[in-house]
Amino acid sequence: MTTTTRLSPMEMDAIATRHPELLKSSTSNRVRTAAIAGGVIVYLVFSWWFFSIGQVLGNANWGIAGTYLADWVSYEVRPQIHIASDRTMSLNYQRNSPLGPNPKPDWVELDKETMTRRVEIPASTTQVAKPKASSSFSFMAPGSALGRGSTAEAQNRVETRTEEVLTRVVVTYDRSTKIEIADGLVKATHGGETLTMAVDGTDTVTPQGALPSWATQKRPGEKIVLAFGATGWAEVEGDEVSVRNRFFGWANFLFDTNSPFFGRSYGEVASLITSGERIDPARPNLSLAWNNILYNAEWQHLDVWTKLLQTIVIAFVGTLFASLIAFPLCFLAARNITPNFMANQLAKRFFDFLRSVDMFIWALFFTRAFGPGPLAGISAIFFTDTGTLGKLYSEALENIDDKQREGVKSVGAAPLAVQRFGVLPQVLPVFASQALYFWESNTRSATIIGAVGAGGIGLKLWEAMRTNSDWENVAYMVLLILLVVFIFDSISNACRSRLMGRKAH
Amino acid sequence: MATSLLPRHLSENGAVIERHWQELSSRRRLYSWLGFALLFLTLSGSLWFANDSNAGKFFDRLPHFFDFVGDLAPRDGLEIFRAMFDLPSPYDDGSFKYNYPEGRLYLTDSFYIPEYFHKMLETVNIAIFSTVIGTALGFVLCFLAARNLMPSPWIRGAVRRFMEILRAFPEVVIAGFFLAILSLGPIPAIAAVSIHTIGALGKLFYEVVENADMKPDESLRATGGNWIERVWFGMVPQVLPNFTSYFLLRLEINVRASTIIGAVGGGGIGELLRLSIGQGHQAKTLAIVILLFATIFAVDQFSAWLRRRLVGEQAFQLAQ
Repeated sequence: MTTTTRLSPMEMDAIATRHPELLKSSTSNRVRTAAIAGGVIVYLVFSWWFFSIGQVLGNANWGIAGTYLADWVSYEVRPQIHIASDRTMSLNYQRNSPLGPNPKPDWVELDKETMTRRVEIPASTTQVAKPKASSSFSFMAPGSALGRGSTAEAQNRVETRTEEVLTRVVVTYDRSTKIEIADGLVKATHGGETLTMAVDGTDTVTPQGALPSWATQKRPGEKIVLAFGATGWAEVEGDEVSVRNRFFGWANFLFDTNSPFFGRSYGEVASLITSGERIDPARPNLSLAWNNILYNAEWQHLDVWTKLLQTIVIAFVGTLFASLIAFPLCFLAARNITPNFMANQLAKRFFDFLRSVDMFIWALFFTRAFGPGPLAGISAIFFTDTGTLGKLYSEALENIDDKQREGVKSVGAAPLAVQRFGVLPQVLPVFASQALYFWESNTRSATIIGAVGAGGIGLKLWEAMRTNSDWENVAYMVLLILLVVFIFDSISNACRSRLMGRKAH
Repeated sequence: MATSLLPRHLSENGAVIERHWQELSSRRRLYSWLGFALLFLTLSGSLWFANDSNAGKFFDRLPHFFDFVGDLAPRDGLEIFRAMFDLPSPYDDGSFKYNYPEGRLYLTDSFYIPEYFHKMLETVNIAIFSTVIGTALGFVLCFLAARNLMPSPWIRGAVRRFMEILRAFPEVVIAGFFLAILSLGPIPAIAAVSIHTIGALGKLFYEVVENADMKPDESLRATGGNWIERVWFGMVPQVLPNFTSYFLLRLEINVRASTIIGAVGGGGIGELLRLSIGQGHQAKTLAIVILLFATIFAVDQFSAWLRRRLVGEQAFQLAQ
């Protein structure tokens, strides 16, 4: 130990100055990093142009995006208040209102009055010197007898009626937001500010005073849009105030508005089921309630669950069959098990073929062959994953330890026994683990190929999205899918770690 | 003979051990059989359910299984190439079925890209672009999710859950949502594929980071490097080959995914294929299928070759 490899700092510096090239990375290295980074940036710029991303994003309707997103977890109730030129009002709700027919929500306060008036049916377009005209107060037939300046025929029938009209309507959104309509004035209060608008019962709205930040009017006299944020919005027109009151949650998730259980509290429903009179004499209340839940017109629980089960079945059966078929074939494809070049190549190219004709193409073909439904999905996954699993299995086989196999062979075992005791114990955990992984990942794939007709929840999701009004149903299905994927993910992970763990010791 | 030396009867101790072993093995056999029976029951139940809820029944449809091959046979073999390269067809009767030249994309007055090549390029480009975006964001997130770099279990857990949701969220829904806002075009497909890619790659990435050698990190910490320096100089150089390999693997998957998403409204070749199968245009369908097959095959082979160069044989292990 005469020399030591330890250098003093001074000597280190001396060496560094003598061989400066050692401490500098080579030019090609530095240039390569810069070139790759530059290439990526150029590519991103190119793609920005190729897909005209800036333009598309600029033209997008982002306001609608917020509404759609809000629809996932909330619903709107839309009372519409019609204002006649005599300043009386009528109220109706959207068709299929989540509050059911004849809603009387406590956030809408009504002052009614019975008066005898002359009613013009249908109303003419010319509004000159019209006697006290109004529309009837009706929940059941919204807009049926209103006409309100829409028909050009001037043949007016004037009737004298005694009917109930509204003289004052107060809609309360939340503590700081409300709209009060009375005497041709719409008074909106939000966040401490109050805006008063005069409506003439025909087509002109005039704000009194400056518009606060939450109100917009494009041109004088035109409709005013009041945006109250998450709690809803309203549109004030000359003869109509459209209220959109947004409530958090999913409306009528259990019972739809046609169900006899609609609108009752959980306690009431429970007591009806356990001890109430039979609503439908033919069957007990429990079965009626269950039936009403399953066939809920809005949420279609039974259909959604069936489709979800189809998706699960597609993934399960498809993966199981694929691994069962890939298992014998992979022995043919593995170089070290079958030392026959032709057989190896044939099997491997067969796997490549199955994989490269994509799951999507298989799905389209089998939808033609079997008709839309889970059989097509099963076959598509079966074909694609036979290829994928076959490839992975044969690669696992080619990577095995040869000693075990030679050991079994050397004691004179038959070829089948060599595979059984020399090869299988090494690869079986790997095979099973890969099959489990694909089972879980196919649960997700099955959702997508379902959208092209291969069965399962995909198509239902797609249809719910296409209408742009059923986003809460989309949210429900997404939630179920996420739940199923997470459950299968953890089952598959637990099984896999057990399998691989056993292999470790 | 050695066997004659063995005692004919086991001692009490030996008998107990033998009995235990027999019990254990018979219990194990019982469990195996129960497992198989359960699997068999589930399988037959599933098959019955699938068959029952399908539009056509399996055994009714089986004789018609190869009907689609007949549906696919074009009028003559050359039609496929005419459809693929947008050459005029002698059978052109003014219908949509034989109007191949219509989709040409003219770059100059005489030079054009055939429609299907153009759409195929678009699909591949969607895949590449979204893989790049997904990789970039997954790269940023993975260091926040790795146990060895992020000591706070709250941030780590939050990032992991976030990535799990991105991964499991159905791509159809993301595509459909952006379709509703942005109208038709490739951007919904890009959004759907890249969001899924962030989650999928983020998970693979942080597993790589957790298996990395911590010595460079230790020395950086000893010299007072901050978190970003530790990641950039201690981690990134050793994980980069694996990251690239996963990037390529994901690219293969995303080419397929962008085709499917295209079919449900994201543009590209997928939509054309769905339409052409639905309308029974044999030559067009076959041209697209051949093109798609060749592209996927080429991308797979290229990526496999590049991955083998980057990280050697281990690149062929199952991703995840």
